[in-house]
Amino acid sequence: MNDVMTGGSGARELIAFRVGVQEFCVDIMAVREIRGWTAATVLPQAPGYICGVINLRGAVLPIVDFAVRLGLPRSEPSARHVIIVVQINRQMVGLLVDAVSDILTMNDNAIQPTPDIASDVVKSFVRGLMPVDGRMISLISLDHVLPAVEREAA
Amino acid sequence: MDPMAEIRETFFQECEEQLAELESGLMRMEAGETDSETVNAVFRAVHSIKGGAGAFGLEDLVHFAHVFETALDLIRSGRLDPAPEAMRLLLRAADALADLVRAARDGGSTDQARIAGIEGELRQLTGGSGAAADEADDDFGDIAFAAVPVAIDAAEERPAAPGWMIRFKPFADLYAKANETALLLRELGRLGPTRVTVDPECLPDLAALDPEGAYLTWTIALDADCSEEAVRAVFEFVEDDCELVIERRQPEGAAVPEPPARPADQPSDDEILALLRNAAASVAAPEPAAEAAAPAAASAERDHPPQAAAEAPAARSEASHGVGATIRVDLDRVDRLIDLVGELVINEAMLSQRVFEAGLARASAVVTALDELEQLTREIQDSVMAIRAQPVRSVFQRMPRLVREVAAMTGKQVRLLTDGEGTEVDKTVIERIIDPLTHMIRNAIDHGLESTEARLAAGKPAEGVVKLTALHRSGRIVIEVEDDGAGINRERVRAKAIENGLISPDAQLTDEETDNLIFMPGFSTASEISDISGRGVGMDVVRRSVQALGGRISIASRPGQGSTFTLSLPLTLAVLDGMVVSVDGHTLIVPLSAIVETLQPRAEQVHMLGVDVRVIGMRGGYIPLVDVGAALGYRPVPAEPEKSVALLVEGEGGVRAVLVVDGIQGQRQVVIKSLEANYQAVPGIAAATVMGDGRVALILDVDAIVSVTRSDNLRADACRVEPTLMPAS
Amino acid sequence: MTKTILTVDDSRTMRDMLRMSLVEAGFRVVQAEDGVHGLEVLQAETPDVIVTDINMPRLDGFGFIEAVRRDASWRSTPMLVLTTEVDPEKKARAKAAGATGWIVKPFDPVKLVDAIRRVAA
Repeated sequence: MNDVMTGGSGARELIAFRVGVQEFCVDIMAVREIRGWTAATVLPQAPGYICGVINLRGAVLPIVDFAVRLGLPRSEPSARHVIIVVQINRQMVGLLVDAVSDILTMNDNAIQPTPDIASDVVKSFVRGLMPVDGRMISLISLDHVLPAVEREAA
Repeated sequence: MDPMAEIRETFFQECEEQLAELESGLMRMEAGETDSETVNAVFRAVHSIKGGAGAFGLEDLVHFAHVFETALDLIRSGRLDPAPEAMRLLLRAADALADLVRAARDGGSTDQARIAGIEGELRQLTGGSGAAADEADDDFGDIAFAAVPVAIDAAEERPAAPGWMIRFKPFADLYAKANETALLLRELGRLGPTRVTVDPECLPDLAALDPEGAYLTWTIALDADCSEEAVRAVFEFVEDDCELVIERRQPEGAAVPEPPARPADQPSDDEILALLRNAAASVAAPEPAAEAAAPAAASAERDHPPQAAAEAPAARSEASHGVGATIRVDLDRVDRLIDLVGELVINEAMLSQRVFEAGLARASAVVTALDELEQLTREIQDSVMAIRAQPVRSVFQRMPRLVREVAAMTGKQVRLLTDGEGTEVDKTVIERIIDPLTHMIRNAIDHGLESTEARLAAGKPAEGVVKLTALHRSGRIVIEVEDDGAGINRERVRAKAIENGLISPDAQLTDEETDNLIFMPGFSTASEISDISGRGVGMDVVRRSVQALGGRISIASRPGQGSTFTLSLPLTLAVLDGMVVSVDGHTLIVPLSAIVETLQPRAEQVHMLGVDVRVIGMRGGYIPLVDVGAALGYRPVPAEPEKSVALLVEGEGGVRAVLVVDGIQGQRQVVIKSLEANYQAVPGIAAATVMGDGRVALILDVDAIVSVTRSDNLRADACRVEPTLMPAS
Repeated sequence: MTKTILTVDDSRTMRDMLRMSLVEAGFRVVQAEDGVHGLEVLQAETPDVIVTDINMPRLDGFGFIEAVRRDASWRSTPMLVLTTEVDPEKKARAKAAGATGWIVKPFDPVKLVDAIRRVAA
């Protein structure tokens, strides 16, 4: 086993989820809640990976179709899908995924580098790969899930 | 935050309040109100700032404040006349003081030459008395002693002996001021070991004893190698109220001082003096009280009479002159409350919806109760919104200084009149109107008003007038800036617009349309971009920031007489009255304030112009048609107008269009939710809201949609939706 | 026993600073915003020492001291005035009104505490 990072910073808890047959995980500290699918209000001329916005207890939450972000075809959302609400910097975003699969405790030492042949998009937010019980779970860096957009000064 | 840093913040907050008090007080004085309360309040404002500044070591500020304070002190004591010229100087001094405060707070720099100049003029005004005593000092040796000659004997010439002999005889007055011999002796004891003897010989019979009198003489032998100042310092507070003799003595062989000889023996001069003093003291005891009463009476006019203490305590308030009980509340808490109430409104709507869907009969008890709930919720919302409502006064208060500065810079004479400062508006709106208003006033003085010579030549008074008014009108707040200048020079405006390609040379425009050309981007008729209105800050920027607030700005001009800018703003940025429409299955909200009328277009009204532009003939003219579904990209092919419903809307600057939608669902008041909080601005969309079914509905940006008619596509930059609306995440 | 100090000053900044210095020195502090308020507070509190500013609205330092001295309950309470004014007239006036002593602004916390200690029984 190759150690990618020396002096791992210890264990961290991750939530793993599934999109199609692929599995990914994010730091549990960034996850605010997990909820079932609600129909989103479409935003005019939005990028393909934005399904729309939903009402989360009074706040307007954008929903990111994670499959589209990976370059996969759009999800056909149904009641079986799941929205993982995460905090990215000061914003809250919902990730539309097929299902939550696991909660893991992993050490940084276990993270393998993302192979270079991966697409730019994937490399931009996949921090690394982790072997777990024979499965491969990709670790997501949330900061880049939404591509940097120009924001008006708030 | 470390406590000192917190207090420093408090200090600067307080300074702002004091500066506001100062300015308004000085202006009242300039207008002739020179009653003592106003003058004192003005003095106290500067005094307060000086005091705090000293504590934080802000030397420049202290220095200037001191000179300023001296001048004000002379006025309040009647030694300086508050003549108009003096008042003008004081107002400039107040401006300088404000600059110094802000420089101290923000670490910036100040125009030192200007401030030094004002300081010089202040010194001249006060006859240089401000120059003295710049530093506070602890030395009050200037206070007269109850003169008792210190017996300096030859012992002074000997090498310094570590010891003092102190003879101390307090007067009744000393006790009257709550000083106590015991405490003084205790203090002396801190310098070194003491031996104290008391001579009670002046003590009268019990019958003649005044419990508040003073009859005892104390003799203290102090063994301490300290200076005379140190000993004297112990008696610092009571020097006037006692007899005090401090002598050196020798350490060895120094006899314990004998109690002063009885009167029966040979009395020394000192003792006779002491006797006489004592007698005088008991007689004099009422005098100090009388003295105290005299200054009190003399100043009764100046200060509040002590009877004030007996009055029923006025309501404790933060406002300096008891305007009514108020409390300070963290803005965060108010915002949170407003968010919660917004949620309440949404939830109530959702509840109504469910009940409706459940098919309960209209008259059922549940429905009735629900109606009441809706009433109540609306009232709560109104009350809560009112919490954040503030009078525009705080904005108007900044204008006098601005007017002074711009007038000075342009060399014009300007008088500012204000009206309606009590008009209330949501706090969020208040903060955003400061900049547009500032520009409008600068503009009015710089471009609107003619030069003094031109005015006189035109038979106008040399002094130009700028009038600032605020009022409520049809559910909005209207602010007007009116000047009595020359009005818009329509020829020049038109020429400039043609030159910049904004209109075609043969365009026919009404006077009003010509006037409103100044709001177009890149427009400026100033031959040089004057420092005042700033480079590139034209009226178009003003208009955009007003629009971003959901407001409108327009101008009316009368050549030779002046111009009036009218600014119209929503009362609050948190709630909106909207028309609910459906477009291609999507629910959208169109702000009611933008809708002129609804109509059902007839096929024969609709005409094609070119390839894909359609207009509708109505109201004696032709108005562009916009298919909202197509404009927003919901559907590629526009719907047929005759099968749809249309809204005649009016955007900024009076631009009109007819929006085609699928259907109208009704009208309702919606709580505005920000898209930018968690996402970003969306072209064509102003904000979002949550409907009764819990789903998000988008609020249309009418101006953006309307501008589609002026260019081919909905460009993102054409709909500059600044995040202005209440974020409620 | 912890001593109680009543501070009377119309400046929030001053009040905060006085409180900070005095609490650090182990005193219990009650505060008032001006002379009238100070008299109200005295209805409920029995301070060991009073520290008051001179320039205040409604009832200034002089008036306050005089009012306090007139009342038998507080006649013997030591009162210190805070003053930036070096004018001997003002000092004399404060003394005539019944001030026990004075502290010069900007005050050195050490001197403040020292002055209080000197006049507090």
